[in-house]
Amino acid sequence: MSAFSSALKLAGDRLRIPPVALAIGFAALVGAALILVSGHDPMSAYVEIAKGSLSFEALPDTLNWATPLVGMTLAAAVPLRGGMVNLGGDGQLVIGGLIGALAPLFLPGHGALGATVGLALAGLGGGVYAALAAWGEVRHGVPMLISSLLLSYPAIGVTSYLARFPLRDVSTGLPQTLMVPSDARLYVLSGALNVGSLLIAAIAIAVVFVDQRTSAGYELRMRGKNPHFAKYGGVQLARQAVRTMFASGAIAGVVGAIIVLGSQFRFIDGALVTPAYTWSGLMAALLVSGEPVGAIVAGLFFAALQTGGFAMQRETSVPRVLTLVLQAIVILFLAMRRGLGRRT
Amino acid sequence: MIQSLFTPFLFQSTAQAITPILFAALAGVLCGRVGVFNLALEGQILVGAFAAIVGSYFGHSALVGVAAGMAGAAVFSLILGYGATIFRGDPVVIGIGMNLLASGLTAYLLRVVFGVSGTFSDPNVVGLGRITIPALVSVPVLGWAFGRQSALTFAVWALTALISVVLFLTPVGLRLRGVGEQPAAAGALGIDVARYRSVTVLIAGALTGLAGAQLSLGAVSVFAEDMSAGRGWIAVVAVMLGRNNPLYAAAACVLFGFADAIGVNLQSHGLPSQLTDIAPYVATLLALVISHRRRTRASLRSRQSAPATEREGQRVGATNSPPLDD
Repeated sequence: MSAFSSALKLAGDRLRIPPVALAIGFAALVGAALILVSGHDPMSAYVEIAKGSLSFEALPDTLNWATPLVGMTLAAAVPLRGGMVNLGGDGQLVIGGLIGALAPLFLPGHGALGATVGLALAGLGGGVYAALAAWGEVRHGVPMLISSLLLSYPAIGVTSYLARFPLRDVSTGLPQTLMVPSDARLYVLSGALNVGSLLIAAIAIAVVFVDQRTSAGYELRMRGKNPHFAKYGGVQLARQAVRTMFASGAIAGVVGAIIVLGSQFRFIDGALVTPAYTWSGLMAALLVSGEPVGAIVAGLFFAALQTGGFAMQRETSVPRVLTLVLQAIVILFLAMRRGLGRRT
Repeated sequence: MIQSLFTPFLFQSTAQAITPILFAALAGVLCGRVGVFNLALEGQILVGAFAAIVGSYFGHSALVGVAAGMAGAAVFSLILGYGATIFRGDPVVIGIGMNLLASGLTAYLLRVVFGVSGTFSDPNVVGLGRITIPALVSVPVLGWAFGRQSALTFAVWALTALISVVLFLTPVGLRLRGVGEQPAAAGALGIDVARYRSVTVLIAGALTGLAGAQLSLGAVSVFAEDMSAGRGWIAVVAVMLGRNNPLYAAAACVLFGFADAIGVNLQSHGLPSQLTDIAPYVATLLALVISHRRRTRASLRSRQSAPATEREGQRVGATNSPPLDD
């Protein structure tokens, strides 16, 4: 182990290879071993990932997959910037998704207005649910790390129940709600891309702006570096925690509504949780410790990896879940690599 | 309704539901005692469950399956064992990474080794046999709970007692606690802190392997993707509520197991499973709120009379953010 760690240090300190590149290289090596185990050729599998995500024909698919993934990356990055972790993205996502699916059906207001109201209410719902975890910590001392995650389970369970029983579209045999009227769906730009992608881009710009140009962003960064110093400097930590978690949950809720109003047009049980946008987004944000610009880049990278994973599975029959393994290895490698740096 | 709920079956399913959570909680307690925050229990259980199925399938014996589950989860826990000691990584990040690695890796290997996705069951997989202890059967509540159960259901309680004794009544236990509470002092007394930590994490990993084996070879012999289904997180809460004491953690596990079993029983009364499945999580959240409320009030009172000692906060919740009181 010590030989391994000194080799790591050598690669990092003498050769000046950026840690992220080192981590991706290491993950690619472990991934290659796993592909060999499955009896396939690692090189051709990686080539398929690259072709299936970055080629001209595949690029729209990558962008389409990146829309929710970058959204959930931002949702994770915002609290992470202040040293907080929101593990409850799945719960906030399904709440936003269900509200987005129901608002145009049951509220007055047609067309674009219905969609806008749906998106706004979805953000509000997800935000309040996430803020609940922060409130529990600042008011009652319940650790947010755990409570945010535990709150996900009731949210997923209740929305699943609603989609299966009281709100179910009985004309189909599937656990899903009624279709959203076609005039309340998000405007299609071209092919699979819709206004939702632009909305996520706008949210991304807003997050970067707040982070770099406003006092709220400065205070949050200060908290991430040293909460005691932030408190000494006059930051109201409790209020800041609730506000930050509200923003995080609101982004997650809007992402849920974008998926529903932009591509699925109804709330389908399990469809928001199964692709694991929350977890990939969290990993992308962890990759850069919540720095927004880096997080967006990391989110795009993971989106390309996963989109390429579909092509890999199609062409070489290597299971695409391998991409999740690669992401996790990158994160674990970086977590240890940062620790090494801390010791010296 | 109440009458038909409290059946022998309720106690039997309670004992069953407790077993994997308690194994994992014991693992979390051990790690917590040596000062390693183990957030990877969920993933470790999953790896253990998968390794147990693989062992039982290829070894044609439940015993080989259990051994494979322990070995698989122990090897997997090396990531935490080394990552949090020699490499000094952030245990929260390592825990999150390990849980996702476990989820991806087991799903990948499920496809590669058995060629299926979703769930895997096969006649070649030998499940854990059920044991009946004649002396217990006639005892009212215990007899219902432990009348016919897998050996692991009994083992978990023996281990709870054993770990309590080792931790509080033996020299090894004293050193373990020292490593967690005062690593610098323990090091000065000649204890190899990093080694104590990594070996403890390894042993804890084997315990989570038992949790996994109970899941995949216990009541039914089947592996399903992400079948740990939040039990590792519930165990993390049990460790928090039990303040790293195996007996208190076990008490919390009994509560969560009971909530789980009530949910399962309500399901047989016609309630949809989507609602009954959330029972253990709601119970966990409520327990967290109630216990921390009392603790926050107590610490507020003591702060008025004496200078606040932040030890409590450091022990229990200080993984995410500092004590927030302004």
